[in-house]
Amino acid sequence: MDIKDFVANFADQFDDTDPEMITAGTAFHDLEEWSSLIALSVLNMVNKQYGYNMTFDEMKPCVTVEDLFNFVASKVK
Amino acid sequence: MANPFSLEGKTVLITGAASGIGRATAKECANMGATLVLFDLNEAGLASVKADIGDESIVTMALNLTDYDALCNAVEQLPKLDGVFSNAGIVLSLMAKFSKKEDMEKIFNVNTFSHINLIQQLISQKKLNKGASIVFTSSMSGVYAGLVGGSLYGSTKGAIVGYSKALAIELAPRGIRVNTIHPGMIETPLTKNTALSQDVLDEDAKNYPLGRYGKPEEVAYAVVYLLSDATVWMTGSQLLLDGGYSVK
Repeated sequence: MDIKDFVANFADQFDDTDPEMITAGTAFHDLEEWSSLIALSVLNMVNKQYGYNMTFDEMKPCVTVEDLFNFVASKVK
Repeated sequence: MANPFSLEGKTVLITGAASGIGRATAKECANMGATLVLFDLNEAGLASVKADIGDESIVTMALNLTDYDALCNAVEQLPKLDGVFSNAGIVLSLMAKFSKKEDMEKIFNVNTFSHINLIQQLISQKKLNKGASIVFTSSMSGVYAGLVGGSLYGSTKGAIVGYSKALAIELAPRGIRVNTIHPGMIETPLTKNTALSQDVLDEDAKNYPLGRYGKPEEVAYAVVYLLSDATVWMTGSQLLLDGGYSVK
C-alpha cells in the first residue's frame, strides 16, 4: 500500500474540499465537509480499493488520514 | 368457532429460517400449529432453530438458494404447501458511486432472483395447494423510504413488490394470495453485520416515532397473519412495519 495513493483516494471522497488541503497528517474528523455520508464513502472506498470491509467502529479511533492508512495496511498485509 | 389466525393443518415453507425474521417466524408459525419446512444456507443455524422449537417433525434443508439446480432439487422434495414465507436476504451498505455490476449481481441474486426462481419452481412443480398464501420480505427501504448506502438493497426490495403484483393476479384464480411485508430496521444479525457502529444505530433508532428498532417477532406476527385464513381476501397488498418511520 502506498500512502500517497491512499491520501488521494481518501481526498476523492470529498466534493467541496480542495484535495490539496488533505494530507497524511490531516485530522479528518475536523474537516468542514466531513459527515456520515463521507465516512460511508471512505469505508466503501477502503473495501473496493484495498479489499478490507472496514466498519465505523474501526474508523472511530483513527484521528489522521495516516492513522486510517496504518489501520488498513495492518489488515491487508 | 375456529380461530382464523391459527395455522393448524397448514404446511409452511420458510426461507432464510436460521436467523432474524425467518427464525422468529418459524417459531411463531410453530406456535400457531403449522407444519414446517425450513431452508437456509446455515446448516448449524437450522439445527439450532429446530432444537429451539423442539419439534422433530420439522424438515430442514441446508441449501444455497442462488444455486438454481440445488433449488430445483430441493423443491422436488417438498410436500404440498399451504404457505410460503420467501424471506432470505442479504444487506449491502454501498454508496451509489461505488455500486458496480458485481455488487448488483450479488445482491439481486439473493434478494430478488432466488425468490423468483423459488416461486417459478413451486408453481411448475405444482407444490402450492389451492388457497395457499405467499409472503415476501420486501422492506421499508426502496419502497417507502430511501436509506443512505441502500440504493442496491432498496432496488432489490422494490423489484420484489413489482413481481408480487403480477404474481397475485396470476395465482388469484386458484385462491392463492401474494403479499409483501415491509419492515423498517429490525434488530437482527443482518443489521449487526453492516458497517454501522452501535452508536450510529442507537442514534438512527431515535428517528423512529415509536422510539426503537423493531424486533424479529414483531414482524413474525404480521407474517403469521398473512399466512393465516384471517387474510383470505387479501392479495397484492403491502404491509408496512416501520415503527412510524415513514410517516415523518
